[in-house]
Amino acid sequence: MAHAHAHSHSVKRYSGLMDWLTTVDHKKIGILYLIAGGLFFGIGGIEAILIRLQLIKPMNDLVSAQVFNELITMHGTTMIFLGVMPVIFALMNAVVPLQIGARDVAFPFLNSLGFWTFLFGGLLLNLSWIMGGAPDAGWTSYTPLSTTEYSSTHGVDFYTIGLQIAGLGTLIGGINFLATIITMRAPGMSFMRMPMFTWTSFITSAMILFAFPAITVGLVLLSFDRLLGANFFDVAAGGSPVLWQHIFWIFGHPEVYILILPAFGIISEVIPTFSRKRLFGYSSMVFATILIAFLGFMVWAHHMFTTGLGPVANALFAIATMLIAVPTGIKIFNWLFTMWGGQIRFTSANLFAIGFVPTFVMGGVTGVMLASAPADFQFHDTYFVVAHFHYVIVGGLVFGLFSGLHYWWPKMFGRMLNEPLGKWTFWTFAIGFHLTFFVQHFLGLLGMQRRIVSYLPNQNFDTLNFISTIGAILMGVGVLLFLANVVVTARKPSGVANDPWEDGRTLEWSIPSPPPEYNFKQIPLVRGLDAFWKEKMAGNKEMTPSEPLGPIHMPSPSILPFVMSLGLFIAGLGFMFSTEEFSNSFMSLIFNKYIVMIVGLVITFAAMIARSVFDDHGYHIETEELEGEGKA
Amino acid sequence: MSAHAEHVNGELPHEPEKATLEGRNKVLGFWLFLGGEAVLFGTLFATFLALRHQNNEGPTAAELFSLPITAAATLILLVSSLTSVFAIQAMHRHNLEKLKLWLIVTVVLGLGFLGLEIYEFYEYVAHESFDMKTSAFSSSFYTLVGFHGAHVAFGVVWISLLIAQLFKKGLTFVTAPKVYVSAMYWHFIDVVWVFIFSVVYLLGKVG
Repeated sequence: MAHAHAHSHSVKRYSGLMDWLTTVDHKKIGILYLIAGGLFFGIGGIEAILIRLQLIKPMNDLVSAQVFNELITMHGTTMIFLGVMPVIFALMNAVVPLQIGARDVAFPFLNSLGFWTFLFGGLLLNLSWIMGGAPDAGWTSYTPLSTTEYSSTHGVDFYTIGLQIAGLGTLIGGINFLATIITMRAPGMSFMRMPMFTWTSFITSAMILFAFPAITVGLVLLSFDRLLGANFFDVAAGGSPVLWQHIFWIFGHPEVYILILPAFGIISEVIPTFSRKRLFGYSSMVFATILIAFLGFMVWAHHMFTTGLGPVANALFAIATMLIAVPTGIKIFNWLFTMWGGQIRFTSANLFAIGFVPTFVMGGVTGVMLASAPADFQFHDTYFVVAHFHYVIVGGLVFGLFSGLHYWWPKMFGRMLNEPLGKWTFWTFAIGFHLTFFVQHFLGLLGMQRRIVSYLPNQNFDTLNFISTIGAILMGVGVLLFLANVVVTARKPSGVANDPWEDGRTLEWSIPSPPPEYNFKQIPLVRGLDAFWKEKMAGNKEMTPSEPLGPIHMPSPSILPFVMSLGLFIAGLGFMFSTEEFSNSFMSLIFNKYIVMIVGLVITFAAMIARSVFDDHGYHIETEELEGEGKA
Repeated sequence: MSAHAEHVNGELPHEPEKATLEGRNKVLGFWLFLGGEAVLFGTLFATFLALRHQNNEGPTAAELFSLPITAAATLILLVSSLTSVFAIQAMHRHNLEKLKLWLIVTVVLGLGFLGLEIYEFYEYVAHESFDMKTSAFSSSFYTLVGFHGAHVAFGVVWISLLIAQLFKKGLTFVTAPKVYVSAMYWHFIDVVWVFIFSVVYLLGKVG
């Protein structure tokens, strides 16, 4: 740092749209993730409501069977990969560096690249709606249903290529957060002093690192089968459809824990804050998180009980699955004991957190029921399964995300969300949720299969389906109320206090809302778990700094991540249509000869070379500038 | 953090790749990335092992493979790992000329390996009628070995680019971590090849 002045560089600083396209600031990338994730969440929600409207009465013909297949496929795929994953990354970006007392993430440039590859992958997937038909083989895309023989449009190609590009972004994000949490913690922030949300983000990132490469390979194999005539899943040529199921679920089961662990982290932040108590059993929470992640990798075949792996495999996977109830139960009791004797405030964030606990327990109980392999032969592919996974993903994860958004909104945007509207959001969404999915348990037990486009009357399905659809509409109202809240809040002046909930425990509440681009003027010294609360209890208004005031080094903004991702997008489209027969000779030249694909790859690699050859020196914010901001 | 302009003049520490936070982050991040790569190749190996006997009346592994050529490729790649170690040792001694020399040798050996692999694939397709579409065995063979080959090709281009940067910028706090992680990458694809040689070729010949 002594040489800092000698090496200051002038830096291009963009404004407006270019600022957002080039930003490497984790807080802005968090907002980009939130906007993009929110958009895809909305699309997935509209698909959900269309599914429910189709099923509102027997023998309905609102949509055709083909469109229905596309709707269920895209609803699942969009929600998992493009809806909730990015909102998780939005909160991780907005909060984790602040919670560990860091000025930035380990790889700001890669962070931006992760966002743009996710966005272009998601756009590619959703382009399928207007380019010849969406994927229609279910979000699990089982072979042989997803091979060209049974799915002849380009739908599944959009699925394989779109998810490939988006998955690359997720993998990059995971590596970035692992490295950030390992190397960028403030002095005194030992691993066992890290806030729970940081812990769960850390474990989730590790799971992403080890789970996503499996689906990368799976998607490559499927696209090679479809586009290059390979035989991985073609039984006639010696391939194996069960191989796809294994690869998909070796990724797919860890994926659901990748989703839920950050929600556990959010709940573990919100409940202590609004109970004015430290988290009960912090270290057991940490070890339960690690144990869930570990077990999460060895239960994938419980999705395949009816595939015919045999009783020994089924028994082992059933027991491993039931074991997960133990660490999860530890967490549930820890949250209850945190609230026990606390001064509970029922803010919107806390309503979602408290609502999460019983809802998630219900999803967990049906999970243990499904883990019993013999019983699963009855439940398999019925609405009972649909009810189960919506209880854990919506009742668990989405409640958690709403809780986290209400909780950290003032930190991200400097404005408090409107509390009455937030409470309306909670009650409409929670009641709508239970109306939609509680009855689906019974529909499943009565024998209604999932993924069917219609059903005959007088099988005791009619009323329950009607109730379910009304509930889905109510959930839609809840989401609209949240959007209204966002709009109302955006019109209010910015500038809430550093610690707007007044009971903030962790480091993000010790700095302005929203934080300056360098986060911490001086990196704080961490003296215990709940570092900020500890200082407040010691009578201090702010954290003790661990360093003198000095110039702060910042990374330069860059358009290259956007360009790299655009190149991948073009290459993906080129590869997808390489086998298409065009009537136009120009089109067939550029696609069938792989010219579009090569152009896309050249764009990406040229941007990578530019990144490697031209050093990014960054720039410095000088001490005088920092002092000036302090007074202003 | 920003001391990027220092050249080899005695100021560089023994391990210049870990002298800055950016450098340490890069090395750690790259270890993590290799963890993910291990899962990627693990899945490809699992796929290959599941399908390697499904030759669909096309050529079998025992009929197809020629161990002398593969053994030569193995030898070349293993030696290239050794030369990349020499390169890193030269870097730790701040000997820029030796560093560049050993990296160039590494790239040349990588190109030799790629040449042998392209020749092998060409022979299979042109003379043995064994291509991607022949059988499940052929699909899994080309995907696994081809993924590895693509990694070698990427490494060759990457290290060549780093050599060019070393000529232009010399050994600095910025270039040192890049060279170091490229050597990690090179060792990784070497280890993967050891598994390919054993699981694909040796096992194919005997079982």
